[in-house]
Amino acid sequence: MKKQIIAILLTIAPLWVFAAGSQGPHLDKANIDPNNIQSLQRGAGLFVNYCLSCHSASLMRYEHMGKDLGIEETMVSENLIFTGGKIGDLMTVATAPADSKTWFGTVPPDLTVIARARGVDWLYTYLRSFYRDDSRHIGTNNLVFPDVGMPNVLWELQGVQEPVITTRKEQDGTRTKEVSLELVEPGLLTPTEFDRAVRDLVNYLDYMGEPAKHERRELGTKVILFLLMFLVLAYLLKREFWKDVH
Amino acid sequence: MGEKWNKGLLGWIDARFPLSKMWYEHLAEYYAPKNFNFWYYFGSLALMVLVLQILTGVWLTMNYKPDAGMAFNSVEYIMRDVNWGWLIRYMHSTGASMFFIVVYLHMFRGLIYGSFKKPRELIWIFGMIIYVCLMAEAFMGYLLPWGQMSYWGAQVIISLFGAIPGIGDALALWIRGDFVVADATLNRFFAFHVIAVPIVLLALVVLHILALHEVGSNNPDGVEIKKHKDENGIPLDGIPFHPYYTVKDIVGVVVFLIIFSIIVFFMPEMGGWFLERDNFIPADPLKTPEHIVPLWYFTPFYAILRAVPDKFLGVVAMGGAIFVLFLLPWLDRSPVRSIRYRGSIYKIAIGVFVISFIALGYLGTQPATTLYTNLARFFSLMYFGFFASLLIIPRFEKTKPVPDRVTS
Repeated sequence: MKKQIIAILLTIAPLWVFAAGSQGPHLDKANIDPNNIQSLQRGAGLFVNYCLSCHSASLMRYEHMGKDLGIEETMVSENLIFTGGKIGDLMTVATAPADSKTWFGTVPPDLTVIARARGVDWLYTYLRSFYRDDSRHIGTNNLVFPDVGMPNVLWELQGVQEPVITTRKEQDGTRTKEVSLELVEPGLLTPTEFDRAVRDLVNYLDYMGEPAKHERRELGTKVILFLLMFLVLAYLLKREFWKDVH
Repeated sequence: MGEKWNKGLLGWIDARFPLSKMWYEHLAEYYAPKNFNFWYYFGSLALMVLVLQILTGVWLTMNYKPDAGMAFNSVEYIMRDVNWGWLIRYMHSTGASMFFIVVYLHMFRGLIYGSFKKPRELIWIFGMIIYVCLMAEAFMGYLLPWGQMSYWGAQVIISLFGAIPGIGDALALWIRGDFVVADATLNRFFAFHVIAVPIVLLALVVLHILALHEVGSNNPDGVEIKKHKDENGIPLDGIPFHPYYTVKDIVGVVVFLIIFSIIVFFMPEMGGWFLERDNFIPADPLKTPEHIVPLWYFTPFYAILRAVPDKFLGVVAMGGAIFVLFLLPWLDRSPVRSIRYRGSIYKIAIGVFVISFIALGYLGTQPATTLYTNLARFFSLMYFGFFASLLIIPRFEKTKPVPDRVTS
């Protein structure tokens, strides 16, 4: 029996290795800190200023965000709601879908659970990978999401990037093209500051994807501690009863 | 029986309803073999997960909207605006996957200890029908969140019915209730998921347990404990299910709940295996995801489907892979039940079967490249080969002597 279990485990083991292998462009690690409340607050600020004019987050309430991120209601109403909505409202967007379609070719997706669909590393890399591309009507393109309809809304903060193409010779003689981005016009923030700002924004998006995450982990620890104590009692009870089974 | 407490309220009930009788027959005087091991936890665990799924399901239904325009949002509403909604939802989504893990282990136990053999063929058959119902239940439930993977997974699976010659397209249309998966499909799947299939499942579980209690439980030695009884007619190797196995199963339940809680509270997506990333994008009939994968518990059969070049024959092979399990009691005719006393050739066959099943499960999650398709073909042959080998193995297998009584 033990041999079988080991055989099964050995067979399953490679699956995890395969499962870990990813496809697509190289992604930078977002390294967000969901416990950093200041980062989340800054992220919320960036989100309502830069994202919420075109994208909705129509499953998230301002009130919920304020409560979770320790922002007072008046503060939220006065500084974070630009649509004239109330504190209990959902983060909807005023732009009509038909207009968005004309301007961007597609309706910008709702961002409530975007972090769960795309993953934080993808978002972090994507938001930093815009570059100038005069062949496109919006003037920018993106390395992670080629021909995306979204322009670089953070250009003011980031500055303007241009692609640099280098060819690398592999050991087997094949050539691989590598595209990297170079900052040609500085923005309001230095690259380090900008990375931090994007990290804050992604941190916020991650929070918004699952507002219950913090509570979930806290409760989980308590539940498991309780179950472990219960396990001791259950085991002792079983041992007591089974004393007379021979 | 029942005589002991013939007074008061219980006596009053017993005169009208076999309450004490049932208690004794199924718990306090149901004699189970005393040598149950690790593998015997999964039956009671499956029952517990069923109850958990029904309870969490009822509470989810209170806020879920089976409407193509509202379904996705109502799930997120449950996740953020309903008190404890996230917990109920994660318990339900984790419970679905855990149900299959528990049931697969439960079935594997039956396989290695020959629990499907005479006189327990009907228990196995009822169990197999439960398994098929469970697949239907999971498949229809997975459409309800109305994400991209829900939508396209359902589209792919329903289109399989289209492969049946003659009636295929009409049948697929009839199942969907529309030309593509749409609101009508969502509504009917919801009805089946919350009413029809659960009722059938509960009834089958009752039949499964009644059949078991009629003939008595098998055990890791595969010996019949009813052959040796004491002067009171109680099997010498039997112990009353209650309290012995109830207290033992509580330990199993707690260990299970710890694992369950680790998933629910710390990794509810389980790395994309329990909740897939693409399912956080609302269903879009105009945008096919790059890579449509069924949920992990269907992937072994999905891999068999894709391994066959012809679509209809693929569907037949996939159905056959499930159907052949029903035939197990009549395929394996060895008089020795337990793997403990069977020959090494049988043990190798079981090993090949387990590896094939897991390998197919993995391949079903991967894109169908040439290498993977060929591997899937190889493991499909191994899968069916296992069942074919059961027909001939007993002829030349060197079994070990089976003890008269249970060991240890």
